[in-house]
Amino acid sequence: MYRYDEFDARFVRERTEQFRFQVERRLKGELTEDQFKPLRLMNGLYLQLHAYMLRIAVPYGTLSARQFRKLAEIARKYDKGYGHFTTRQNMQFNWPALKDVPDILGELATVEMHCIQTSGNCIRNVTADHFAGAAADEIEDPRPVAELIRQWSSLHPEFSFLPRKFKIAVIAAREDRAALRYHDAAVEIVKNAEGRTGYRVWVGGGMGRTPYLGYVVGDFVEKPDLLGFLEAIMRVYNENGRRDNLFKARIKILAHSLGETEMRERVLREFKEIKAAGYLQVPEAERARIAAYFAPPEFETLTDEPLPTDGDLGRWIANNVAPHKQPGYAIATISLKPIGGVPGDINADQLDGVAQLMDDFGLTEIRASHEQNLVLPHVRQKDLPAVFARLTALGLATPNAGLITDIICCPGLDYCDLANARSIPIAQEIAKRFADLERQEDIGELKIKMSGCINACGHHHAGHIGILGVDKKGVEYYQLLLGGSAAEDASIGEIMGPGFGEHEIVDAVDRVVEAYRKLRQPGERFLDTYRRLGMEPFKNVAYGEQLHAAH
Amino acid sequence: MVQMLTANRLIDGRVLYWKEGGWVETLEDAERFTDTAAAEAALTAAKDFVARNLVVNPYLFEIKDGRPVKEREIIRAAGPSVRTDLGKQADHV
Repeated sequence: MYRYDEFDARFVRERTEQFRFQVERRLKGELTEDQFKPLRLMNGLYLQLHAYMLRIAVPYGTLSARQFRKLAEIARKYDKGYGHFTTRQNMQFNWPALKDVPDILGELATVEMHCIQTSGNCIRNVTADHFAGAAADEIEDPRPVAELIRQWSSLHPEFSFLPRKFKIAVIAAREDRAALRYHDAAVEIVKNAEGRTGYRVWVGGGMGRTPYLGYVVGDFVEKPDLLGFLEAIMRVYNENGRRDNLFKARIKILAHSLGETEMRERVLREFKEIKAAGYLQVPEAERARIAAYFAPPEFETLTDEPLPTDGDLGRWIANNVAPHKQPGYAIATISLKPIGGVPGDINADQLDGVAQLMDDFGLTEIRASHEQNLVLPHVRQKDLPAVFARLTALGLATPNAGLITDIICCPGLDYCDLANARSIPIAQEIAKRFADLERQEDIGELKIKMSGCINACGHHHAGHIGILGVDKKGVEYYQLLLGGSAAEDASIGEIMGPGFGEHEIVDAVDRVVEAYRKLRQPGERFLDTYRRLGMEPFKNVAYGEQLHAAH
Repeated sequence: MVQMLTANRLIDGRVLYWKEGGWVETLEDAERFTDTAAAEAALTAAKDFVARNLVVNPYLFEIKDGRPVKEREIIRAAGPSVRTDLGKQADHV
């Protein structure tokens, strides 16, 4: 994985000391809250309902055992013994004191971590396919490109005060595991007709109150040109993006109001001007230097072997283990969705336990996924039983990856200052309702995604079943959306109708799922059945005999 | 309308409530304003604590039958509803 060079280390150290000084000045009263707020946000520090919240950047979701141990130490020493993996591959602590945050940043810096660009109107932490470097279907590891973008965008003066935040994802496989088309911009590594590798560049996706899917603005960008092309997109956005209205400031609004043709023309025109003026081309040697950090581990020469299918181990392998590109290896998903638990939460003992597991099985890295799970990318198939046993002891062996109880869920009103309704308790109740694993497996792939407000951190627009919490005169209601997808078949979910009460929404989901089981044709996922039949048959059953649906 | 006054403590972000010219940590101990003018006067007084860098973001909220009207304030007063071992509610366990 990427290791800091001297420049990176000094930069993060200096940034930590700079923030220490800013906190001191704030506590002494030399800075007002209005002056301090943008400074703390630039360091990932929010003020939420109960306390401050610190968001730690995990570039492209990759972490080491050493970093896991440091997160465990911080959780115990400065927080309340646990952390939370977010829907953008980052980690959050929910209870740090402002006075301790400089020390926390100092601790993070010792393991090459920081909180820079996890907030504010800048290019945020770059995300990537969580199966990167291991997926059988990828062209190449997308993380060197993500790292290149991270280095280019970190504190880039031209892009530090954008109209709004800007999120970039990178993938290199046909299967989209990074919600590509829901990002402000995205890079898809592709091969052209001649077999040369380059980049398909997307722009204009986003969730929030106005969801849009991104479209292609660069069909095939040559490798050395990537940063110049992204710079062209950023300049078009910086120049034309709306700064007069917070709700219309994301690039998705610009991209879809201009339209695909005009946006593409503007970007290409800008790119041409950048090229004429001389621009940042990334030499092959530099790309190779970065790529070397992401070289795969030295795989043993193994052969694929039949994997256990019986018992709890068999269920876990069937649901949580994916094919690896290297014979004899597998990709294992560690679900952070125990039935009735808080999606994405992990305690300090579990962090330490996973770190020990990594050391004991020679696993040099782990990934956080945007689906709020962890991924062990390079597990020897013969080690799977022992890894499963260890995860079971840690309470991390829930065999539900990709199933209906593997719910993406934002913190909602239990923690978040922006939320209108609680989301975690609803996710917990849905998980309990569908706890029966046989029923889950019979239902098959069904992605439920839930947000506690319109900002859509829980990706509700992209859920096969999406749930949006709203506040109606102080009472929590929940809107149901059907038909969304964040995968390569991306689509935006459609709102079913009036919202459901807190005690009605789980029944409504249950009725929708049962309708699917009755209506599906062989091989159809929920999403396929919905796309074939539309909303009506599901809407007809969802409200049931409920006479008091909210309006 | 009955109101209460709340803010977050600067140094650690914890939720505070107004009581007779100062701050307490629990809703139960806090002052209830039945008079709008008195509530506004307390809010004005609270801004002095903002100026002295002790609290941030003071505001009034409504209560009814002894409980906050909004779920948000119920959760702030207690802690996460999904982790009853955390937040102010933990002290009552």
